[in-house]
Amino acid sequence: MNLDFTPEEIAFRNEVREFIRDNYPKELDGIGTREDLTREEFLAWHKVLGKKGWSAPAWPEKYGGTGWTSTQRYIWSEENARVDALMPLPFGVSMVGPVIYTFGNEEQKERHLPGILSGDVWWCQGYSEPGAGSDLASLKTTAVRDGDHYVINGQKTWTTLAQHADWGFFLCRTDPDAKKPQEGISFILVDMNTPGIEVKPIKLIDGTHEVNETWLTDVRVPVENLVGKENEGWTYAKFLLAHERSGIAGVARSKRGVERLRNIASEETVDGTPLIETQDFARKISQLEIDLTALEFTELRTLASEAAGKGPGPESSILKVKGTEIQQRLTELTLEAVGYYGAPYGYGMEATGNEGFGVGPDHANFAAESYFNMRKTSIYGGSNEIQRNIISKMILGL
Amino acid sequence: MDFNFTEEQTMIRDSLSRLIREQYDFETRRKVVQSESGWRPEMWAQFAELGLLMAPFSEEDGGLGGGPIDAMVVMEEFGKGLVVEPYVPSVVCGGGFLKRGSDAQKEEYLSGVMSGENIFAFAYAEPRGRYNLADLETTAKKDGAGFVLNGHKAVVVGAPWATHFIVTARTSGDRRDSNGVTVFVVAKDAQGISTRDYPTVDGRRASEVYFENVAVGAEAVIGEVDNGLPLIETVTDEAIAAICAEACGAMKVAHAMTVDYSRQRKQFGVAIGKFQVLQHRMVDMFMEHEQSISMTYMATLKLDEDEVTRKKAASAAKVRIGQAGRFVGQEAVQIHGGMGMTDELAVGHYFKRLTMIDAEFGNVDHHLKRYTALSEMDLPAAAE
Repeated sequence: MNLDFTPEEIAFRNEVREFIRDNYPKELDGIGTREDLTREEFLAWHKVLGKKGWSAPAWPEKYGGTGWTSTQRYIWSEENARVDALMPLPFGVSMVGPVIYTFGNEEQKERHLPGILSGDVWWCQGYSEPGAGSDLASLKTTAVRDGDHYVINGQKTWTTLAQHADWGFFLCRTDPDAKKPQEGISFILVDMNTPGIEVKPIKLIDGTHEVNETWLTDVRVPVENLVGKENEGWTYAKFLLAHERSGIAGVARSKRGVERLRNIASEETVDGTPLIETQDFARKISQLEIDLTALEFTELRTLASEAAGKGPGPESSILKVKGTEIQQRLTELTLEAVGYYGAPYGYGMEATGNEGFGVGPDHANFAAESYFNMRKTSIYGGSNEIQRNIISKMILGL
Repeated sequence: MDFNFTEEQTMIRDSLSRLIREQYDFETRRKVVQSESGWRPEMWAQFAELGLLMAPFSEEDGGLGGGPIDAMVVMEEFGKGLVVEPYVPSVVCGGGFLKRGSDAQKEEYLSGVMSGENIFAFAYAEPRGRYNLADLETTAKKDGAGFVLNGHKAVVVGAPWATHFIVTARTSGDRRDSNGVTVFVVAKDAQGISTRDYPTVDGRRASEVYFENVAVGAEAVIGEVDNGLPLIETVTDEAIAAICAEACGAMKVAHAMTVDYSRQRKQFGVAIGKFQVLQHRMVDMFMEHEQSISMTYMATLKLDEDEVTRKKAASAAKVRIGQAGRFVGQEAVQIHGGMGMTDELAVGHYFKRLTMIDAEFGNVDHHLKRYTALSEMDLPAAAE
């Protein structure tokens, strides 16, 4: 066991650092804390990485992955976080991509993987329903076979950024008579331009439009869009959720967040003393850093065991719980640091425009909005309560 | 000892709660908050009609003879309804200063506060002052018999709707000296005042207020020149008690909504309220709310005691309520799941208001420090 980078790894780090410096889109500078980005902004870095062949480092090489070791992937995340890079969205690269190359047929791989890698095709996730959140397996959206099509009916919710999506992956019930709710679910790829799909915005408490309701009425989808076997979608769904969870730790990003928090706390003052020099606040940052270190080493251990051939298992629930708690704490402390200037509303309202933007120092913009927004992280991807249930059941055997 | 409310206080509570139920439902509030002006002057007029704006003032001053407990009753109901109209800035702060002002000031301004014609905002915070009420870069320089004000006041809540400001400024000494602070009353339309108005994340309106060579007469000074800080602390402690009561009202509703949701929402074939892990969290929310009520009563009842007792009580309440508000707000959202994150549901708006209350008039850390410093003053001198 040791923590040192080899000379090759240092050379790799220099290479990616240089690449990021020379190629990271200038128009994305400073975009870090905004949530209301355009499709083009979301995809700008993804497209550059797609051309370079670096958009999906975790994928097997034969499908377009980089073949990097877990250490190299760690270095890659760190270097991107250093510049607050806007990384490819998870829906294609981290979620449906691995499902397609693991369970899909050759035709599906050929058709869908290139667009995911290049960033040309935007994916969204049709999992949750109004009545099926934590209890995902109780989902009611149906897909009924009609000749060489499935006809899908139902309502999905929390479909993140579906307003931009070209394709979606949907969990649908194909066997209503199955003995257990987990049986009889299928994993189906749907072209979001198919007639019968309606995407309606849901406004969140911070004012952003990140998620949607997606209504499906007699949506006809070719049978060849079924991934794997009919009625076995739950297996793929669980596989995907485990992948989603491991990416959710966000260690590198949180490290950068701590750095940013330090800068803010150096600029904000209490009675003329920088906030960061007050014992109260300095200790809070230290505590956060200690928690983040614990998370980082837990993630490194997980990556090492993945590299040894074990896929992400129930341990990834630890990363989800601790990672999201840290992300939330970061925004909480940022809001605390900016004092009164957390109050101006940065996104504004229809009647007044965004007059609250830029009222205080730049670092105070969206401090409260980000804090409100990040409450979602302990709810999405399987709530933190559900993660604890998974650990309790799968690891403790309770 | 008596924890009962008077008949008048119960009447205020009942009539206000009816008014909010009938005319301040969540959808109406949403429209108001998103409208161009962001508030309803006609609602303010109704508050005046109910006597809310007069309630905490003595009969001698033309009020109804109540006090901070009446303000507490009002603010708790306002917290339940997420009322945005500027009761704390105008009545508790504006009125709080003016009732301690000269007879002429009372006559000129206080009756207007009580009738609702005068609306005050309290311009005390500054971009670099954080929560230290004496950390002032705004200056008031002596000019003949009067003063000339220069400076920038930050996040002045209710300023877009105000007719007048209470302004704190340095008249002598160095930045952060406790001496040399003076309180002024200034009409908003005075020459040299400009504002930048904006909405706040919790549905209010505020302004940055800029003073550029604003000339005021000697009669604009409230209290003593250079010795304004004790007065400012007295009034802000009253404001703290008032927003603690508001937080209690907001926590009550956020908790009730959460318990209700946990009864309705079914997952895994049962209401989620049947899960013990959520039951205990909702019990913790309940206990946090109860502790907050206790601290609000305590701080309100001690507002008239000696200075150290009053300050410690206000700080203690603000600490406890800051912590409780964070817990109750976060858990209310969490237990509502994705629905708690939506703008459509009221619960997220309670969470936002509870979050912002922590920063108003000093956050948890600030008041923990203030409490500690005051406790040290209380310690007997080291054994000789």
